[in-house]
Amino acid sequence: MKPDNNAIDQILAARRDDVLRDWLAEVSASASATARHVTTAREDAQSLLKALHEGVRADGDPSRLQDPAWERVRGLLEGLSSSRAAKGLTAADTSHFVLALKRPLFAGLQNAMGTRPGELVSAVWSLSTLVDQMAQLTIANYQRNREEIISRQQQELLELSTPVVKLWDSVLAVPMIGTLDSSRTQLVMESLLQRIVETGAEIAIIDITGVPTVDTLVAQHLLKTVTAIRLMGADCIISGVRPQIAQTIVHLGIDLQGITTKSSLADALALAMKHVGYTVSRGNA
Amino acid sequence: MQRIPILQMGTSLLVTIQVDLQDQTAMALQEDLAAKIDATGASGVLIDISALEIVDSFIGRMLAHISGIARVLDATTVVVGMQPAVAITLVELGLSLEGVRTALDVERGMRLLHSGAAGERRFGRAR
Repeated sequence: MKPDNNAIDQILAARRDDVLRDWLAEVSASASATARHVTTAREDAQSLLKALHEGVRADGDPSRLQDPAWERVRGLLEGLSSSRAAKGLTAADTSHFVLALKRPLFAGLQNAMGTRPGELVSAVWSLSTLVDQMAQLTIANYQRNREEIISRQQQELLELSTPVVKLWDSVLAVPMIGTLDSSRTQLVMESLLQRIVETGAEIAIIDITGVPTVDTLVAQHLLKTVTAIRLMGADCIISGVRPQIAQTIVHLGIDLQGITTKSSLADALALAMKHVGYTVSRGNA
Repeated sequence: MQRIPILQMGTSLLVTIQVDLQDQTAMALQEDLAAKIDATGASGVLIDISALEIVDSFIGRMLAHISGIARVLDATTVVVGMQPAVAITLVELGLSLEGVRTALDVERGMRLLHSGAAGERRFGRAR
């Protein structure tokens, strides 16, 4: 066994409970309020220490965390960072949990080898490298987990934000909220066309009141959707064109010829109902 | 070679495409249809593509050509029952089939042909 590993092994064998206690004290001393609520901190620390001890026993290279000897340590760290990312802990809290292990272990080394400064420096260095790598791995994993959470939420938002509603017999509407990009247009197009097939609707109203800006690209996406709807044999009305957007469209020279546009959803519905043959009249109250 | 049957219903011709269209078949259909319109003096052509699941640019252009040929022979073409995936594909291919009239199903397509207003698009969008 490498001499540095040997020293760490002795500390973990003789004083693991002390190390654990000091570690947890260190963690809770500087942790944020949410981090204190992590009830599994003790078990996490215990199993991590155990895995670390096994790794040291297997004589893993402290400068290479990819070593097969550290496999269990890596597994535990990954689990730890995912559970913490899911609980909404900050990256700082998560990495601090791992880095706080340094102090009790350094203290142990100091106690054991205080009289041999040469060996002490070497052991401290390899231990420090090891813990740093552990923290790095935790952070990298934490980041990946957060990104996964974000992309999943994005997907959910995308699906939530494009409902196709039936306004009247043979009249469908899609209230568009937010910026129109290719993926959203695709999604809207697909769900709208599918609903047209299912319901046999003759008119689809796309309401763009919630679309903040219309540029050439957005207009192109709208045109595509309208063309696809026409190809299916239904008609399309674009409603909710605000004055500023009308100005932008004209200034950009976007050709919306052949597309029916209305300023409000109410106007569009009135036109649609007239087209499918309904007349609306106020009852004598 | 496979040929798509063309049925006559009054003054209209009905073409139902129920197989995957080969380029050869499509070419033959184009010729047959032109001959049939000429022979019967039909005023309307209804093409049902509800069973068509795959289109390429060739078939897309062929639909536009058929409509063009029919128009020259003084008949109106209505394409009915296009699947969403087909519509999206055609749009992505940049084929908007301008001048081809469309309807959701055969019934509505027939109504469109018979209404006589088939030459004019709804909402006063003349074509």
